[in-house]
Amino acid sequence: MAWVWFHRFGSPPHFYRLATTLTPWFAWAAALLCTVGVIGGLVFAPPDYQQGDGFRIIYVHAPSAWLSLMVYVVMAASAAVGLVWRMNVAHAIAASCASIGASFTAVALVTGMLWGRRMWGTYWEWDPRLTSELLLLFLYLGYIGLRNAIDDTGRADRASAVLAIVGVVNVPIIHYSVIWWNSLHQAPSVMKFGKPTMVPSMLVPLLVMLAGFTALFVALLLVRARGEVLRRERNARWPVEALALALHEA
Amino acid sequence: MLQFLQMGGYAVFVWPSYALTAAVVGLNIYWARRSLRDAQAQTRRRLASVRADR
Repeated sequence: MAWVWFHRFGSPPHFYRLATTLTPWFAWAAALLCTVGVIGGLVFAPPDYQQGDGFRIIYVHAPSAWLSLMVYVVMAASAAVGLVWRMNVAHAIAASCASIGASFTAVALVTGMLWGRRMWGTYWEWDPRLTSELLLLFLYLGYIGLRNAIDDTGRADRASAVLAIVGVVNVPIIHYSVIWWNSLHQAPSVMKFGKPTMVPSMLVPLLVMLAGFTALFVALLLVRARGEVLRRERNARWPVEALALALHEA
Repeated sequence: MLQFLQMGGYAVFVWPSYALTAAVVGLNIYWARRSLRDAQAQTRRRLASVRADR
C-alpha cells in the first residue's frame, strides 16, 4: 500500500501532470528567494572584516557550488532508481539533471577563480577542493557525452546510470576535501555542526540564496523532465490530453 | 550609489561573478523551456500524423 505513490510517480502521464502543476510554485519561490537573497547579500550584509566587499561573491559562488553537488546526487539517485526498478520516469529525471548540474559547476569554478584571484593571488591552484570540483565538471560532461554517443535510449540510460553511480564517490571527496587535506579553500561556514561562523546579517541572505537556487533547480528539472518524458513516449496516447491541457495554459 | 558600484575596490571581481551567474540562470531557463517546447511540438506532429493515417 505504501508503495502506491511510488508506482503512480513512475507513471509518465501522472508525472507529467504533477510536474506541470508544481513548476510555477517552485519557479515563483525561486524568483522571490533569489531577489531577496541578492539584495540582502549586496546591500544589507556588512562588509567582511578581512575581505571587505570581496566576500559578496559568496552569495553566487556557494549556491552554485551547492547545486553542483546536490544536482549530482539527485542525478545518481534517480539513475539508480531507474536501473533497479526499470523506471523510465526516473531515467528521464536523471538525464534532465546533467546539463543543469554541469552549468552550475562551471559557475562555481569560475566565480571561485575570480574570488581566488583576489584573495589568494591566483586564479587556479591544483588544490584538493578545486581539483575534485573540476573532476565533477568532467563527470557531468562525460555523462552527457556518453548519452549522446548511444542512439538507443534504453542502452544510453543504463550505461550513463552506471557512470553517474560510480561518480558519486566524488561528492563526499569534494565536501570533505577542505577538512581531510590542507587546502587553500576555506572550511565550510554553513554546513557544519555547531554554531555557524557568520553573523546573522551575512548568513541569512546566504541561506535564502541556497533555498532560492534549490527551488530554481527543481523548477528547471520539472520543465526539462516533462520534455524528456514526452520524447520517450513515442507510442503513447496520453499526451493527447496532456498537451490539450498545456495548450489551454499557453 | 557610485560607492555601491565600486564594491570597496572589488568591483572587477564581484560584478563579473554576479553577471556570469545571472547569465547562466537565464540560459538555463531558456534552454529548459525550449527543450519542453520542442518535445511538445514533436509530439503534436506525431499525434497529428497518427490521426491522418486513420
